[in-house]
Amino acid sequence: MDVIRFWLDHRAEVLALLGQHVLLAGLSTLVATAIAVPLGIAAAHRPRLSAPLVGLANAVQTIPSLAMFGFLLPLPVLGGVGSRTAILALTLYALLPILRTTITGITGIDRSVRDAGVALGMTPRQLLWQVEIPLAIPSIASGIRIAAVVAVGSATIAAAVGAGGLGEYIYRGLAMVDSTVILAGAIPAAALALLVDGALWWVQQRSTRRHRRRTVRGPLLAAGVLGVVGLSTWAVLAWRASDVVVVGSKNFAEQLVLGEIVAQTIEGTGLRVDRRLNLGGTLICDRALLSGDIDIYVEYTGTALTAVFNQPTGTSRREVTRTVRELYARSGRTLLPPLGFDNTFAMLVRGADARARGLRSIEDAAREAPRWRAAFGYEFLDRPDGFTGLARAYGITLAAPPTSMDLSLTYRALASGQVDLIAGDATSGLIRALDLVALEDTRGYFPPYDAVPVARAETLLRHPAMRTAIESLTGRVTAAHMREMNYRVEALRQPPADVARAFLAGEIVVP
Amino acid sequence: MTAAAVDFRGVSFRHADGTPVLDGLTLAIQPGEVVALLGRSGAGKSTILRLVNRMLLPTRGSVLVDAQDTRSWDPILLRRRIGYVLQEGGLFPHLSVADNVAVVPRLEGWLPEDVETRVQEMLTLVGLPPDRYAARWPDELSGGQRQRVGVARALAADPPVLLMDEPFGALDPITRAELQQETARLQQRLRKTILLVTHDVEEALLLSDRICVIDDGRLQACVAATAFDEADDPVIAALRDARLRGKAR
Repeated sequence: MDVIRFWLDHRAEVLALLGQHVLLAGLSTLVATAIAVPLGIAAAHRPRLSAPLVGLANAVQTIPSLAMFGFLLPLPVLGGVGSRTAILALTLYALLPILRTTITGITGIDRSVRDAGVALGMTPRQLLWQVEIPLAIPSIASGIRIAAVVAVGSATIAAAVGAGGLGEYIYRGLAMVDSTVILAGAIPAAALALLVDGALWWVQQRSTRRHRRRTVRGPLLAAGVLGVVGLSTWAVLAWRASDVVVVGSKNFAEQLVLGEIVAQTIEGTGLRVDRRLNLGGTLICDRALLSGDIDIYVEYTGTALTAVFNQPTGTSRREVTRTVRELYARSGRTLLPPLGFDNTFAMLVRGADARARGLRSIEDAAREAPRWRAAFGYEFLDRPDGFTGLARAYGITLAAPPTSMDLSLTYRALASGQVDLIAGDATSGLIRALDLVALEDTRGYFPPYDAVPVARAETLLRHPAMRTAIESLTGRVTAAHMREMNYRVEALRQPPADVARAFLAGEIVVP
Repeated sequence: MTAAAVDFRGVSFRHADGTPVLDGLTLAIQPGEVVALLGRSGAGKSTILRLVNRMLLPTRGSVLVDAQDTRSWDPILLRRRIGYVLQEGGLFPHLSVADNVAVVPRLEGWLPEDVETRVQEMLTLVGLPPDRYAARWPDELSGGQRQRVGVARALAADPPVLLMDEPFGALDPITRAELQQETARLQQRLRKTILLVTHDVEEALLLSDRICVIDDGRLQACVAATAFDEADDPVIAALRDARLRGKAR
């Protein structure tokens, strides 16, 4: 099986990601337990507190996880790219089940048992530790079990904010349209969830067995030890030497390659590089750069203009670059010289359709569109330079409202005939691999999307050698190079790091 | 005359919502005396017990334990010297029989070996051989055995006062009779001050020195157990008739 070979080839990485995954889920469950159990105990004794608390936790639970990461990213101390945000989000999700079962566990205690404790002369504290908590432990344990399983599942999404974990493979696989890589992450994540569920079930059974005297000390001690181990590991992971440059990228193949090219170029100067590749989308990268969680990533001028700075689209290349450079400079960021290619949006149709109906431009497609269905990535549907403006500029009406899905999945949807029109990247290697045709933008709707590295000004000041190294890339990555590299990653399944290395060594030759 | 062990002086009690429960109760219980509180369910009998160990405070009037108003007692100290036997035992399901009995001595900070000895004594006293029962769990015991453990737990720290809230109400008639007899024998040796809530006239006659009838939140009549058969009081007479009819059936 391909997946097994992949695991064997990437042993060290699989284990590291698995470790990160366990750490993310474990720490967030522990933190949630440390918060929700005392809170639940307090709420159980104050009924007026419990309804609003459970309501709040319920509301938090309904926030979709990607939206949650979006909220948390810009937060000062707690947010940002990396494990902190992920642990915070996962902790918020884990609160509700533990809170609820703690409250039920305590309020469900037989009244005569509690009365007996009071009548025998227990102080409220003694009653809590000797009667209420021991009797509530089976219920609390069931809540922790639910929370832990949910955390293992949700931790896959943590890769979107650069926290690592097995989700890394899932995102990478989606970006590379490679189901082997997706499975390499998804299978262990699912197995881990089942394992955690089974293990905690076993612990829960043992804690509920009446033949063992239940004390609070055992579980408390275990939780304490786990907490100390977890927190110190986290502290070590979170600690980052200041002379490390953090390179980010968005989550599709081209960005992974560009991230690697930038990272390896910087490494060539002797600096240490921390890779935070595969971050969610444009806005996540932008916020991470703004907050200093990453130092550099490659953006596209048109995207920066419209999606980051909310400016109207412009069509003059020089004008767009100048505006974007000024806007970045205002927030302490430097736009470096363009790498050399323009990755504009490409409206794509199947090669067979293009040949049969003579489709060459978007104007040609507008004629056929009323019989067509379309699918677009989330960004293209939302962005001001996306579908709404395009439809207006070319007078496009479709048979049905366009479906929104992950950008990388739209290529497959088009190739397999589920939709007839998608918006892809002009440099995508899949255009060639899946026999697709890019339609010409005859009316000049799309602004230029020159690939440009953006870096934090202070990082460049601290490391002048890094600036020189990045500037040496100016104009070297042509559209043909980029298409070839994307093809190697997306169709030939070569690792982005290897492709980047080959490019820097001058081994990628294009006509 | 020595001071009463427990002294109710014009005690009224209303719930927080204003529902009246007790109205002007005056009753003095002497040291070593057993007083049975008889009455229908909801007559306010359990409330009287809870007023003694300050789980409730009177709305009007005062309750004196050892000549001191419960309002000025530290509730924890007060409860540690008052044993409480609940209906169906009220045992802690997460503790073994021995640990249940050991609760109050441990709260009182006894040395472990003293606690151990005491548990053995108490289990023996209530007729549960420690070697067979100490390590058992409450849900492995019969109702009667649970009740015995409840009594042992209440007596473990040797409190001078004992409150018993329908202690044998949930048992089958044979077990109940057996436990009543044993409790009577136990009291002959221990001489505790006991307030016993029951709605069983036989039990009241067997165990108590004095029988007090509570109805509608008021003390209707009080009579020495020995005088029960001759008392002229109409309330007592009605009880007596009901008892005779019950026997005839």
